[in-house]
Amino acid sequence: MLHITKEFPGIKANDDITLQLKKGEIHALLGENGAGKSTLMSVLFGLYQAEQGEIRKNGKTVHIKDPNEANRLGIGMVHQHFKLVECFTVLDNIILGVEDTKRGFLQYDSARKKVMELSQKYGLRVDPDALISDISVGMQQRVEILKMLYRDNEILIFDEPTAVLTPQEIKELMAIMRGFKEEGKSILFITHKLQEIMAVADRCSVLRKGKYIGTVDIANTTREELSRMMVGREVAFDIQKKSPQVGDVVLSVKDLVVASKAHNNNAVKGVSFEVHAGEIVCISGIEGNGQTELVYGLTGLEPVKSGSITLCGKDITHASIRERSKDGMSHIPEDRHKYGLVLDYTLEQNMVLQRYWEPEFQNHGVIRSQAVRKYAQKLIDKFDVRSGQGPVTIARSMSGGNQQKAIIAREIDKNPQLLVAVQPTRGLDVGAIEYIHQQLIAERDAGRAVLLISLELDEVRSLSDRILVIYEGEIVGDFEKAEMEELGLYMAGAKRQGKEAAK
Amino acid sequence: MTKKKPLAENQMLISILASVISIAVGLLFGFILLLILNPSKAGVGMSAMLTTGFGSLDKFGKVLYQAAPLMLCGLSVGFAFKTGLFNIGASGQYTMGAFFALIGAIVLHLPWWACLLLSCVGGGIWGIFPGLFKALFNVNEVITSIMFNWIGMFLVNLLLANTPIMLASAWGASNSDRTADLNVANPSAIIPKAGLDKLFGNSPWINISVFIAIAVAILMWFILQKTTFGYELKACGLNKEASRYAGINANRNIILSMIIAGALSGLGGGLYYLAGTIQYVLEKSVLGMGFDGIPVALLANSHPIGTIFSSLFISYIKVGGSAMQPNFSSETINIIIAVIIYLAAFALLMRGVIMKLLKKLAGKADKEVSA
Repeated sequence: MLHITKEFPGIKANDDITLQLKKGEIHALLGENGAGKSTLMSVLFGLYQAEQGEIRKNGKTVHIKDPNEANRLGIGMVHQHFKLVECFTVLDNIILGVEDTKRGFLQYDSARKKVMELSQKYGLRVDPDALISDISVGMQQRVEILKMLYRDNEILIFDEPTAVLTPQEIKELMAIMRGFKEEGKSILFITHKLQEIMAVADRCSVLRKGKYIGTVDIANTTREELSRMMVGREVAFDIQKKSPQVGDVVLSVKDLVVASKAHNNNAVKGVSFEVHAGEIVCISGIEGNGQTELVYGLTGLEPVKSGSITLCGKDITHASIRERSKDGMSHIPEDRHKYGLVLDYTLEQNMVLQRYWEPEFQNHGVIRSQAVRKYAQKLIDKFDVRSGQGPVTIARSMSGGNQQKAIIAREIDKNPQLLVAVQPTRGLDVGAIEYIHQQLIAERDAGRAVLLISLELDEVRSLSDRILVIYEGEIVGDFEKAEMEELGLYMAGAKRQGKEAAK
Repeated sequence: MTKKKPLAENQMLISILASVISIAVGLLFGFILLLILNPSKAGVGMSAMLTTGFGSLDKFGKVLYQAAPLMLCGLSVGFAFKTGLFNIGASGQYTMGAFFALIGAIVLHLPWWACLLLSCVGGGIWGIFPGLFKALFNVNEVITSIMFNWIGMFLVNLLLANTPIMLASAWGASNSDRTADLNVANPSAIIPKAGLDKLFGNSPWINISVFIAIAVAILMWFILQKTTFGYELKACGLNKEASRYAGINANRNIILSMIIAGALSGLGGGLYYLAGTIQYVLEKSVLGMGFDGIPVALLANSHPIGTIFSSLFISYIKVGGSAMQPNFSSETINIIIAVIIYLAAFALLMRGVIMKLLKKLAGKADKEVSA
């Protein structure tokens, strides 16, 4: 790809970018959120047309008008948000678009054989007859990878493949990628997780704000250098924080039970804990151990089966979401697209999503648009939320990091007593992560209670004042400070404190 | 000198342009169809369709008169759509609104404005049911509202047939298949003409209903655009989960939205039958007016202000269509009208085409400049 330039209204997403991919290498593409990585790959995959520049494959100039063309050239892509038909089976999804037919009838048997062969060869475990809507995110990703292999693609693009995976799944994926490399396939690996690049990539190209910064050999570089290239300044990996000034109990949860939507068992089985003012309590655990349901119960998105929740001395077990919000609970949701934002609303409309009904923003039911604009502008400036057109930008068009910053700005500026932050840095780059971590610590230092739910052990360790380990819907450990190894054992259910341990 | 905004970024203008082009394409197809069906009369027929509305003040009065209920049904569908609901039950709500208005006029002897309020109540009640079923049991509103179209129609027919005082036969006329003539039964229930009839060459059709409808359209625009209520409704329509997260009571809003949509359609029924020129006829089919609200809303992209213009257009085509008789049968005319409306609703598709075209042109211009 030579001198690629792609513009969107108000923003130059790619500005004269040149990228060279060798056969049989894993080439990482690194950059902050909104640096233009996904755009560049979409150009390569034929989803967008570049205004300038050309693409060459094996020395020949090619014009990639659409993804079909890309496929013919042997270019395949796993998108950050999977492109699968939810109500189709795994097999259907894999053959979709390249169906083998005989007199108009689908040839399932040969397709199944080929899929199973590929699946075994690369260790990509899938159930070909399961519906996409029923399988885990990790398996969905394997389906996407099989889709590429089924089409005999030689160049594989992975757009932030690890953002949605658990640590185990990430490890598996890395092994699979190495396998492809040995086969002579070339991989473009988009990410902003430095340790993954260090672990698996051969070379790394860095983009910053749509511009090409440089390409380095991983063997001759360090994490620090890469992050400097990406962000344009030094990044602190270890967060400096003062010792906590722990105050009164803000949140008190007693014997909380929340039903599961997926199965008949309860997802949260009698959890009790307290969060005090001025401390960050982290709930840590492997995905799917009841964290999501616990948060839904706390924030009122799902009803609580039994037990009680008390916020600043007030029983909010059965309070509505609005009442909880009024009583001082802020919630940074796990899924920012589903819960955090109305994507087709403008940034300013999203900024007042939790507060539009307050007298500051409305007068007898009429929205004070001036006040909303002013408030949104204030938050945009204060929290450095970048967007194409400022307050009137449609939220959907913003980069993931800036969407998250907007949510965090909104939730923090509400001046909550309790801030519930669920995976606040999921899918973000180091610059944004550093910023969000600082904000959370600033909230703590301002005397607020912070409840953090995170899967990232690094994040858990560097932020929290207290760690609660959740395993199968129960809290099995409560630590002031803990060793990583130790935490891992608790998370995997191999150890537990309290009654079992006492036996 | 200030730099002019490039055309490609002027969304408003592109939307209007897309609608206009779609209409033109629709008319062209309609004409081709006429040519196929009856080549010798195609020209006459088309010109009748296109010119009748402006041909005489009387006909123009009729265009305005019919536009009012169309506008309200369009607003009804569009309003519900903004909340993420597809109100296909405008017809039943319209019928209920008409029924309530006529009860107010003939049985209760109320003045016209009170009858109109009653029509809102009637339509609103008919909107509650799909809203309730959707909110409480998550039953698709399309199914319930279609069912309630038929229930509404037959219920009204049944009630009218068993209320002799409502029928024309009770007021000195011979026919019992329609409601009483308001000129005889209760002239005070007829919507005032405010001197407009003089302006429109004594047209029997014209009255202030079109202005009432326009006022309601502006009110709807205000509610959707400027109020917290509209903010909540749109948020529910765009992202139900996020609005729940924001503490918005989505179920309450679904019910309210359907009540308002119902009231709008109901008011349309009131406006149509309180003009004193047309009597409600007991028929065995669902009234088309409510369904015509769907293309009105689509053509306007559910925008309340756009609804004003799209309803005027469709009303104009309908009045023109009826003038194509006897050269064409009423079925043919309906087909032609349907084709025109159908293609006119392609505005969204057209929008994409225009955007692409503009981009291409801009690209060429850039190349020329750089060359």
